[in-house]
Amino acid sequence: MSWEIVIGLEVHAQLSTNSKIFCGASTAYGAEPNTQADAVSLALPGVLPVLNKGAVERAIKFGLATGSHIAPRSVFARKNYFYPDLPKGYQISQFELPVVGKGLLHIEVEPLSGDAQPYGKTIRITRAHLEEDAGKSLHGDFHGMTGIDLNRAGTPLLEIVSEPDMCSAAEAVAYAKALHTLVRWIGICDGNMQEGSFRCDVNVSVRKPGQPLGTRREIKNLNSFKFMQQAIDYEVQWQIDTIENGGKVQQATILFDPDSGETRMMRSKEDAHDYRYFPDPDLLPLEISPEWIEQMRATLPELPQSKQARYVNELGLSAYDASLLTASREMADYFEAALNVITPSPQSSPANGRGGELENQSSISAKICANWIMGELNAQLNRDGLDMTQCPISAQQLGSMLARILDGTISNSGAKEVFRTMWAEGGEVDAIIESKGLKQVSDAGAIEKIVDEIMAANADKVTEYRSGKDKLFGFFVGQAMKASKGQANPAQLNEVLKKKLAG
Amino acid sequence: MFESSLKQLGDALRAKQISSVELTQSYLDRMAQLNPELNAFITINPEMSLAQAEAADARLAAGTAEALTGIPIAQKDIFCAKDWLTTCGSKMLHNFVSPYDAHVISQFNNAGAINLGKTNMDEFAMGSSNETSYYGAVKNPWDTARVPGGSSGGTAAAVAARLCAAATGTDTGGSIRQPAALCGISGLKPTYGVCSRYGMIAFASSLDQAGPMGRSAEDLALMMNVMAGFDERDSTSLQRDKEDYTRDLNKPLTGLRIGLPKEFFAAGMGADVAKAIEAAIAEYKKLGATIVDISLPNSKLSVPVYYVLAPAEASSNLSRFDGVRYGYRAPEYGDLADMYEKSRAQGFGAEVQRRIMIGTYVLSHGYYDAYYIKAQRIRRQIAQDFVAAYKQCDVIMGPTSPSTAFKLGEKGDDPVQMYLSDIYTIAVNLAGLPGMSIPCGFGNNNMPVGLQIIGNYFDEARMLNVAHQYQLATDWHSRAPQGI
Repeated sequence: MSWEIVIGLEVHAQLSTNSKIFCGASTAYGAEPNTQADAVSLALPGVLPVLNKGAVERAIKFGLATGSHIAPRSVFARKNYFYPDLPKGYQISQFELPVVGKGLLHIEVEPLSGDAQPYGKTIRITRAHLEEDAGKSLHGDFHGMTGIDLNRAGTPLLEIVSEPDMCSAAEAVAYAKALHTLVRWIGICDGNMQEGSFRCDVNVSVRKPGQPLGTRREIKNLNSFKFMQQAIDYEVQWQIDTIENGGKVQQATILFDPDSGETRMMRSKEDAHDYRYFPDPDLLPLEISPEWIEQMRATLPELPQSKQARYVNELGLSAYDASLLTASREMADYFEAALNVITPSPQSSPANGRGGELENQSSISAKICANWIMGELNAQLNRDGLDMTQCPISAQQLGSMLARILDGTISNSGAKEVFRTMWAEGGEVDAIIESKGLKQVSDAGAIEKIVDEIMAANADKVTEYRSGKDKLFGFFVGQAMKASKGQANPAQLNEVLKKKLAG
Repeated sequence: MFESSLKQLGDALRAKQISSVELTQSYLDRMAQLNPELNAFITINPEMSLAQAEAADARLAAGTAEALTGIPIAQKDIFCAKDWLTTCGSKMLHNFVSPYDAHVISQFNNAGAINLGKTNMDEFAMGSSNETSYYGAVKNPWDTARVPGGSSGGTAAAVAARLCAAATGTDTGGSIRQPAALCGISGLKPTYGVCSRYGMIAFASSLDQAGPMGRSAEDLALMMNVMAGFDERDSTSLQRDKEDYTRDLNKPLTGLRIGLPKEFFAAGMGADVAKAIEAAIAEYKKLGATIVDISLPNSKLSVPVYYVLAPAEASSNLSRFDGVRYGYRAPEYGDLADMYEKSRAQGFGAEVQRRIMIGTYVLSHGYYDAYYIKAQRIRRQIAQDFVAAYKQCDVIMGPTSPSTAFKLGEKGDDPVQMYLSDIYTIAVNLAGLPGMSIPCGFGNNNMPVGLQIIGNYFDEARMLNVAHQYQLATDWHSRAPQGI
C-alpha cells in the first residue's frame, strides 16, 4: 500500500511599506548594518510601537484577494523568547485573533512526471496575520563574536498559513507560486526571494490512506521553489524510510541544506519554546471598519483567478495556459495589450470565417497570442535573462506582428524573422516586413501563374507525378517557392499545386 | 523661597526678582547639603541644569516665558532624558545614557523648566519602600530611619525636603500616591492614557502612568498643564483637547458627593490613619460635601489580580535588558545562554527577579488561563464596581496607605506584607482611573497621613479642585519636616 503525503505551508511575505511596522525607520534592503535601526528598532528602554497603517492596508488587500474573512477586531500579541537579533526579547505578532481569517486560493498544478495532465485544486487558507521581522545575526569575522544587524528588525510581515491541503511537492510548489504571484499582483510584497521577501516554512507528514495524520516535521525558511521541491522530496522519502524501517517520526523543526540536498534537525519538540503569548498592552486592538475594507477593495486590480476564468470562458484558452499567462501581472497585462492590437475589426478580418459557423475570432487571436508569448517570447526572455518588464518588444509591436500573420501578410517563418529583428534592433513591423521582403504572395492569380509556369517548364515531372510518383510534390513546392522568392503563402500554394497537378 | 509655590516662583522669575540660574543654584546648593543623607537623587548634573537655567533666563528676558519657565523640576529616573544617565534604579542600566527624551521630559523642556536631577526609585519601579534601588534606600525626611514609600520615593523625599520645586513620578500600583502619603506631599496619578508613556521605562504597560508630585494641588495642576496631552508615539495615549487643569481650582465644594467605600474602612487600616482620614472627611462636610456610603465588592481582589498582571507584563517588558545592546553585561560568560543568565542574574535585584519569575510562570503554557485570563476578567469587574459607584458619587475618598511610613528594613523579608501596603491604591490602576493623595494630618510617631481621592475618568480638574479647597481650609500640606 502506498503512502499519502500531507503538506501545509506557512509563508512569510514581507509587506512593501517604506517604513517598518511599528516605527518610522526605513525598510530598504541592503543598507550598511544598523543604519536603519532607530530607537524603536534597537528596543531602547521606554520606546513604544505605533502601528503602520500601510501594513494593515496590505493585509486587508490580501484578505480581499483570497475571499477571506477580515476581522473587524484583531489583537497584537507578544511572542516571548530570547535571541540576540530579537531586540525586545519578544516579537510582536498576532496569535488568537489574526487580522485575516479563513480564505481560499485556487492553484493549477503541473505534475512533475511528464505524462500526467495539469489539474486545478483549491487550497484553504487558515489565516494570515501581521507581525514584525527579527534582525540578522552575522557570523562573519567579528573576532570570534557574532554581529547583530537590526536593519531588518521590525520589517512588516504577513504570515499566511494554509490548511494541510497539499499532497505532493508539485502541489506545494504550485500553491507557493500562486501565493507569490498574488502578493506581487496586488502590490503588497515585492516577492524578491533572494532578499528574503517571500519565505516558506513547509510542514510535512506521511500516512497510510485512511489513517490519522502522521507526525509532522517543519522545514524552515525555504527561499526558492526549487529548494522547496527538493526539500519536500527528500523529507517525504526520509519519513517513509524511517517508518518502514520501524522507526517513528518525532515532531521537529528542520532545515534544508541545498548543498547536500538533505534536511537536518534544528530543534526537537522537547526543545520547543513556550512563547508565553499574551496581548501586547502597548497596542490597542486593531479595528477595521467596513468602510476601510471597501476603500481597499476599490484599489484592487482584476485578480489572476478572475482573469484566468475570463481567458478560459471568453477566449477559449486552456486553464493551464490561462494560469501561465497570469503568472504575473506584467505577463497578463502584456498579453491583453497585444491581444487588443490584433483583435480584428470586421473590415480587416482575414477570410477564414469558414464553415458557416461563427468561430470565435478572438479565440483564434488569443491562442496565437498566447502561444507566441509563452513560446518564442518567453524563451527569448529566458535566454537573455530578462523579465517581462525588460522585454525589448512591446505588446504593441508583438500584436502588430501577430495581426500580420493572421491577415496572411507574413508566414510563421517570416514572423520569426520579424521577431528576431525587433528583438535585436527594434523597429516597426510593417517596415521590417517591407525591408526584409517578407510579404507573402497571397494573390490567387499570382500563385496560379507561378504554378502554371513551373508546370510548363517541368512537363516531364508533371507526367511522372501524375503516373504515381507522389514524392515529386515537394519538388513542385520548392520550385514554386523559389520562383516566388519564398513569398508565396504556403497554404495557398499547396492548395493550388494539388488542384493543378491533379489535372 | 523653598516654601514658594510654583505660581509664586514663576511670578518672581517673570518679575526678574530672581533669575533661573540663581534659583537653580540655590536648589543645587541645598541638594549638595541634604541629599547625601536622604539619597533622593541618583544623578545630579549641575552643569546641565544650569545650562538649561541660562536658556530659561534668555526666554524670561525675551518675554516668551511660560508658567514653569525657569523653575527647577526633578525627574524620576524612570524617564529617559537625552544625555542624562537614566538608570531606572537598576544596576542593569547603571551605564545607560539616554540618546533621547521621553515625551514628559520634552514637554518640560519645551515649557522651559529646568531638569534639576534624576530622582531615586525602587528598581524598575518595583517596590513600595524605595529599598529595592540599586543606588540605596531613600530616607524619609520626616524620620530618616523610615522609608519614603515607593516606587517614587526619591521624588517624594525630594519634594518633602524642599530639594526641588516639584517633581515627576510614575504610578503602576500606587507609586505616586503611597510615597506622597508617606512623605506628606501631594501627588496625582492621572487617568490612564493622559500622559504619554513614550520614553518612560515600562514596568507594567497597561497600568503605568506618569503624574506630578508637589507640595499643593495648585502646583500639581500647573504640572499637569505641561505633562498631559496626546502623543502619537504612544498608541495608548488619548486624543483629547488640551485642558487647563487649574480651571476649576476655586469652585466651591457645595453639593459635592463623596463616596466612602466600606471596603476601604475595614480591618487592616491603622487607627492613627483612620483618625486622620475621619477628620479630613469631617472637614469636607464643613466645606459643603455630602457623604455617600458605597461598595467596591471586587476591590479586595486587587492585590492578587495586580500581582498576576503586573509581573506578567513586566516579565516581557524587561526581556530587552539582555546585555546585548546596552546596559549591564556580565564580565565573564560562556555561551549565549550563559551570557543572558549571568547578565540578568547580576544586573537585576532580588525583587525584580522575583517578579520576572512570577510573570513568566503565570504566562506559561497551562497556567495562562488560570492566572492571566482570570485576572483580566476580575480586572474588568473591579472597573465595573467603580462605574457603578460613580452613579452615586462624584469622588471617592479613603486612606492612601494602611499605615504611615514604616522603618527601613521592617518589611524587607516579607514581600506579601510589602505588597499589602498598596492595598488601597492598586484598584485605581486596574480600573485606569485617576487617583491622588494629599496630606491630611499626622499619625503615630508624627508621621504624615495621606488622604486618597479617586475621581471618575478624566476628572482630574475636579479632583484638583476638591484637593485645593481642602488645602485652602487646612495647612497640612504646608508643614515641613523638622530639621530639614
